[in-house]
Amino acid sequence: MPYVLPVLFALVIVALLPLVAGYIVLVERKVMADMQVRLGPMRVGPHGLLQPIADAVKLLLKEDIIPESADRLVFWGAPLISVTTAMVALAALPIGPFFQIAELNIGLLFILGVSSLGIFGIVLGGWASNSHYSLLGALRSAAQLVSYETSAGMAIVGALLLAGTLSTRGIVQAQAQTEVWFIFAAPVGFFIYLVASIAETNRAPFDMPEAESELVAGYMTEYSGFRWALYFLAEYTNMIVVASIATTLFLGGWLRPFASTSYLDFLDWLPPLLMAGVAGYCFWRAPKQPVAVQKMFMAAVGLLCIVLALVLIMPMAAPRDSFLASSKAGIHGAFWFLFKVGAYIYVFMWLRFTFPRYRFDQLMRLGWQFLVPLSIVNVMGIGVGLALHRQLNWPAAPALILGIVLTLVAGAYLLATGEKHEHPRVGEEEEEETPVNA
Amino acid sequence: MAERYNFGAGAGGVNVETTVLGADEIILNMGPQHPSTHGVLRVKLRLDGEKVVGSECVIGYLHRGVEKIAEHRSYQQFAPYVDRMDYVAAVSNGLGYCETVEKLLGAEAPPRARVIRTILTELQRIASHLFWLGTHALDIGALTPLFYCLREREEILKIFEKYCGARLTTHAFRIGGLQYEAYDELEKDTERFCKDFDRRVDEYESLLTENRIWVGRTKGIGVLTADAAIAMGVTGPVLRASGVQWDIRKSMPYAAYDQYEFSIPTGKNGDTYDRYLVRLEEMRQSRKICLQAIENIPAGPILGKVGKVLKPPPGEVYHSIEAPKGELGYYIVSDGTTQPYRVRIRPPSLINLEALDQMIRGHLVADVVAVIGTLDIVLGEVDR
Repeated sequence: MPYVLPVLFALVIVALLPLVAGYIVLVERKVMADMQVRLGPMRVGPHGLLQPIADAVKLLLKEDIIPESADRLVFWGAPLISVTTAMVALAALPIGPFFQIAELNIGLLFILGVSSLGIFGIVLGGWASNSHYSLLGALRSAAQLVSYETSAGMAIVGALLLAGTLSTRGIVQAQAQTEVWFIFAAPVGFFIYLVASIAETNRAPFDMPEAESELVAGYMTEYSGFRWALYFLAEYTNMIVVASIATTLFLGGWLRPFASTSYLDFLDWLPPLLMAGVAGYCFWRAPKQPVAVQKMFMAAVGLLCIVLALVLIMPMAAPRDSFLASSKAGIHGAFWFLFKVGAYIYVFMWLRFTFPRYRFDQLMRLGWQFLVPLSIVNVMGIGVGLALHRQLNWPAAPALILGIVLTLVAGAYLLATGEKHEHPRVGEEEEEETPVNA
Repeated sequence: MAERYNFGAGAGGVNVETTVLGADEIILNMGPQHPSTHGVLRVKLRLDGEKVVGSECVIGYLHRGVEKIAEHRSYQQFAPYVDRMDYVAAVSNGLGYCETVEKLLGAEAPPRARVIRTILTELQRIASHLFWLGTHALDIGALTPLFYCLREREEILKIFEKYCGARLTTHAFRIGGLQYEAYDELEKDTERFCKDFDRRVDEYESLLTENRIWVGRTKGIGVLTADAAIAMGVTGPVLRASGVQWDIRKSMPYAAYDQYEFSIPTGKNGDTYDRYLVRLEEMRQSRKICLQAIENIPAGPILGKVGKVLKPPPGEVYHSIEAPKGELGYYIVSDGTTQPYRVRIRPPSLINLEALDQMIRGHLVADVVAVIGTLDIVLGEVDR
């Protein structure tokens, strides 16, 4: 029965993902509130912990509106495309060494290909709405995605050169073997991928397609209720996908920090301790909640964390050759993977609430005149380093550092020359407008 | 077929018939319900792709006939109405109106009243600029500064609340002086706010001034040359950012401004970035004025002798003050009765808004938002 496990995993992902996305939204609102000297959602549940569920119920119960002049079929189908592609992309990602739906030998290629299809959902949705704002948002999105896929792809190529395989599992294993996460071997590549992935997921400061202050809500302007929620789900799933790719490629996937250094094995205690700490906080805060329901809920959250801590600690406490001990890699791997994905998504939020938004032409200029050349140079730099290492038998570290330095020099050159090409006013040559039938 | 839109009335605009648009041009209605038109402004944009080739402002969605109402109210009764024009800077509106009527009556507010008026008006200028900074940054996509700005603005509103009981539409002054004596800790509160505030402005600067994206979004955007600004009657920080050193507080001092040291910040390029810098510096200067004013508040009466029933002699008067957004002028014609014969208000926002078309031509849709923000308009004042 080779299909039972993958199908089970797939069901788990499809069932849990909306919940996870909802809670990422909550975390985002809380992070935003923290940065903006306020509290964020506090009403529904203790510290707003039930807010995502309340939001989901509200969106489900909303009236289903399709604008009169919209193309009904496309309008109906577009959000589905977005969600489906985003979810399918998750299939090939290894959440820990054990939890993976499909191990493909072209895993990364598959993820990139499928997640790029998501743009159809946005473009079709914007077009089907038959509204100017939506159309502008959709067109921006298409242009943006095409531009930044290029540099993201080239950044990935850099890491692939180091790994020598397209299989997601193989990439992590390569990092385990070399004992260096690729973020240290190819820092510029990681940086390029970080920027490009923010742009790809249409997040601030690159949230052109839905720039609220300009296009109201971009391609989603005419959407409401559950269809809108689907777009939202797709956006957050995409965030998870790009964060997972970055984790797999650059941050060592499911590997613990210093995974092969045996005297640092005490780091394995960190995950259960962390969960126990969160549980302790919940129990400490529970009596201070104003309403009985909130007290109970807070205590329940604490219990859940205790359970998680136990799950994390069990394989470590179990006898050496029992089944439990053998599941340690899977459970702890999943923890570290999700932890890194969370950290990556936190960076997304951090940037979002710190930076103003790029203008569209600036975004394009940044993409094509800076990131794309830099990512190509990055591939060359890594190539040079690898050639020195493998062909001329240089030690790996100096060879790769030489490549990085080459890339950085090129980056500095690009930055210095890029300034000169800025044209603040597009089309300075004022068009003579001749009145027709005047 | 022949519905004509006059794109860019005044500033060298041309008439274009909507029915003969080329296929590559679209008309985009921005507003009146749009997150960043600051109320109910409607801008019709003619776009070539995303490039603006023409625009027309449609105003009047918030018209309440304030000027007409004035003709049916006594002079005192009309005073609260002016607070509802520029509701972000109600105190300044009130100052302008009270001083104009005083001028019409030939009366003058006592020195103590003038100093307290100055303090409150300068605090209001800071509050108004803070609100501008927050919303302007929000328009450009920086979400966070808004909340820091509102936090400081809250302190000022608390001072207003302690002084007269109201936070937004304060009706703080009366014709001839003040209604209320300053509360005991006005100086202390003001001083505490001012002490802290310098550091806070530096904080905003650290968030935005040297931010690459912010500079990229504001430098060279919405350039207004000094000549064009003067030709269109633009005033306030928008004019000063174009390099014209014109501030009514200096050139025609009113209230107690002639007693205090402060400088008039000006810009060079007249672009959005300069306007941002000018307003930030103005906040610092306002803080300086406040600190000087609380040093020495003269003792004495707070209300001059104007009588219970105001019956100005027949005649007309124009008086203007430097409101946070520019020259706020009142033109009042009296026929010798208790009610004005005609009141005409020169709102800075309306005049400044006229420069919009010239400033956004050739820019992208995103810049329209930035330019509307940098003009610092309040629709309550534009439409009155």
